[in-house]
Amino acid sequence: MSNREKIIEVQNLVKKFGNFEANKNLTFNVYRGEIFGFLGANGAGKTTAIKILCGLSKPTSGSVHVAGINVNKHPEAVKKRIGYMSQFFSLYNDMTVKENFRFYGGVYGLGKKEIRDRTLFFLEKLNMRSYENMLLKNIPLGWKQKLAFSVASIHKPDIIFLDEPTGGVDPITRRQFWEMIYEASDNGTTVFVTTHYMDEAEYCERVCIMSEGEIKALGRPRDLKTEYQADNINDIFLKIARNVE
Amino acid sequence: MSVSIQIKNLVKSYEKADALQDISLDIKPNELFGFIGPDGAGKTTLFRILTSLILADSGTVTIDQWDVVKNYKDIRKMTGYMPGRISLYMDLTVEENLQFYARLFGTNIKENYDLIEDVYEQIAPFKNRRAGALSGGMRQKLALSCALIHKPRLLVLDEPTTGVDAVSRKEFWELLKKMQKRDITILVSTPYMDEAALCDRVALMQSGKLLSLDTPQKIIDDFDGTLLAVKTEKMYSLLHDLSSFENETRVYRFGETLHLVSHAESRETEEKIKIFLTGKGYRDILIRQITPAIEDCFLALMNNMTDS
Repeated sequence: MSNREKIIEVQNLVKKFGNFEANKNLTFNVYRGEIFGFLGANGAGKTTAIKILCGLSKPTSGSVHVAGINVNKHPEAVKKRIGYMSQFFSLYNDMTVKENFRFYGGVYGLGKKEIRDRTLFFLEKLNMRSYENMLLKNIPLGWKQKLAFSVASIHKPDIIFLDEPTGGVDPITRRQFWEMIYEASDNGTTVFVTTHYMDEAEYCERVCIMSEGEIKALGRPRDLKTEYQADNINDIFLKIARNVE
Repeated sequence: MSVSIQIKNLVKSYEKADALQDISLDIKPNELFGFIGPDGAGKTTLFRILTSLILADSGTVTIDQWDVVKNYKDIRKMTGYMPGRISLYMDLTVEENLQFYARLFGTNIKENYDLIEDVYEQIAPFKNRRAGALSGGMRQKLALSCALIHKPRLLVLDEPTTGVDAVSRKEFWELLKKMQKRDITILVSTPYMDEAALCDRVALMQSGKLLSLDTPQKIIDDFDGTLLAVKTEKMYSLLHDLSSFENETRVYRFGETLHLVSHAESRETEEKIKIFLTGKGYRDILIRQITPAIEDCFLALMNNMTDS
């Protein structure tokens, strides 16, 4: 593991909002191609940390490198190297499937031909060629999620951040989505994912569990289960994550 | 006094989809009844008809002796409803929200405090905080308090735990169990299959249809075939390889294992799978027969629906 290229390097990251310390001295690395699960109760500090990693918010102190770039100094450069998809995916409902690809391709500065090629690539992969001119609002939720994942990957990012990507879909669709994640990881894309489904935590190569702004556990699921003498990640989560106001 | 509910041949279509396709079911007094299914299953539509907020295309719903259409005023008085998109006033404080809902129903916090105490005491320390500044779990508890403040006989909760972390979800269900003891009939919908086990009975729903309706235990007992959990040293390619084992084997990831349904004698299948995987170069092959969870049942029922 130590030989692997570090794609995210976080050292002594602290983020304060007034007197409140949302991130207390976080230190961790994520490796290229890894599926990294980022877990924690609501209010544990996950969103704060993700915003900093994506260059949307500045750390109070500490150093953060993403894809080799110092995020604090060059937030715009980082944004070109990452993709982001949240539970409220930012696709446009009153644009067609194809237009959504074109829009995001344009945002990332891709050329016309590249946008066309990438759009075609994803539509074929998803078996959605015949839906390319359909308005997004008429597309079922499960498909939208897969499209959102594809759109977030249009510029071939090094890392893709998925913030609770699978909420609300049926168990088959949820699993299909994870196959896409595996495929991306297999192709060398790092996947940084948050989820409330604890069985999905088991699909990650390593998971990090946050509580009260700190990392309470970090490791491979099977090692954590041995360490905490638990049958599954859910039990570990319930042991260490608490609701804190 | 808790209520019983009779739902008969309920049909509701929207422009784009058939939200409810001939749904009939009965709910017993004081039952904690779960509607389990993904988005688009019809859960919200059903709840809105039950609470008199929208009209069905056809079919009837009676709650005790009241018809939800004719007697909508009575229905609204005795029902506490927590919509999926929480309807709190984000600019009002915790306490002000509760006062507001109490007053809407012509009551006050004091009169029914006894009923909401278990829930409200957990958020009372933040009673002067605006609802907008609460965490997801806390907001949920405030919404539940508001739905309970007029002492309803029927509580209808639309996906109260969606997007809430595992710890808060557990606490929320503990609260529901307490509420049930106060003689309230509780209907709750959820996309989390593991929550089915916490209900007295559940309806598994998909695309406007009932896949199954029973106690969680009975649904598990009725699982068709035996379920095998397979684990090897290498997991990523296993799903793909195992899918080609015999004809149309359905394999799903479940946490750290893969689940596979066998309709043949399971010992024999286990041996066959072992030989099959060894031939493909897998090592440390672990196969064991396991009890299905509700999610396994749901997957199997979904497949039956697609096949037929």
